[in-house]
Amino acid sequence: MSANPMHQFEIRSIVPMELGGINLAFTNSSLLMILTVLASTLLMVVPMVRAGKIPTRWQSIPEMLYEFIYGLIRDVVGSDGLRYLPFVFSLFMMVLMGNMLGMLPYSFTFTSHIIVTAGLGILVISVVTIMGFVNHGTHFLSLFAPAGLPKFIYLILIPIEVISFLSRPITLAVRLAANMTAGHTVLKVFALFSVQMGLIFGLAPMLMNSMLVALELLVATLQAYIFTILTCVYLKDAIELH
Amino acid sequence: MDVNVVKLIAAAIALLPLFGVGLALGKLFSSFIEAVGRNPGAKKDVFQIGMIGAAMTEAIAIFALVVSLILIFVVK
Repeated sequence: MSANPMHQFEIRSIVPMELGGINLAFTNSSLLMILTVLASTLLMVVPMVRAGKIPTRWQSIPEMLYEFIYGLIRDVVGSDGLRYLPFVFSLFMMVLMGNMLGMLPYSFTFTSHIIVTAGLGILVISVVTIMGFVNHGTHFLSLFAPAGLPKFIYLILIPIEVISFLSRPITLAVRLAANMTAGHTVLKVFALFSVQMGLIFGLAPMLMNSMLVALELLVATLQAYIFTILTCVYLKDAIELH
Repeated sequence: MDVNVVKLIAAAIALLPLFGVGLALGKLFSSFIEAVGRNPGAKKDVFQIGMIGAAMTEAIAIFALVVSLILIFVVK
């Protein structure tokens, strides 16, 4: 059987569409993104339809998520940063739900594709840079030249600071994509062992696989948290300039 | 030497940075445990930055893994 652990990352088109030579097919990646939006929206809206002062079990889920992100932004960015709450919350929910929905059997993890995470990384750096210029004008560029240093150091320091600023979307993207890809590949490799080792000996890789699924769930949540908190840190750098 | 042999050797050498990553994670969590041991009330404060540090260090391990996988699967 020519099973390949990397087959799970292939994009398959479900509804082929083409417009002027560009392939606009509805793929399994698009389907998962739509399911992510549906899952996030249903999770946030449905429990709050009949909201009471004392939250029920389901109502506490959107409340806890909101309070978590609210506390995160307030601690990292400060009280002015709360205007970015919709942006940060949407980013968190997209990455979290995307990672989680990829854990379902026969599903597809759209955050494992570098093009998707690079899109998110470019979005974050664009928002940070634009808001930096909107809030501070050209004084935003003083982020790359901290005050109170001997004059000659600026010649080396400014290129290093600029490169480190521009490497932020790259590390954000690669961290998320590589974590998701590596996790799912390992799961498939152990599943392959299970199939090849037969009915009795194949139970050992299956046990390892179940532990790895638990680890993957943790990594999925942790990576969503890390993406969000780094976004908040970059926002703080742009808004407060030090 | 056959190019496939050299590819595999290069892929193995690409994983040497994991030595540093393991060391860094050990130091990080040992200092986290010591901080919580000395001051149990500080658990909530250091936990957040500890998790950030762990994820950033693991990202370096993942970068090394990605280089290794590229060497095996992409290089002709």
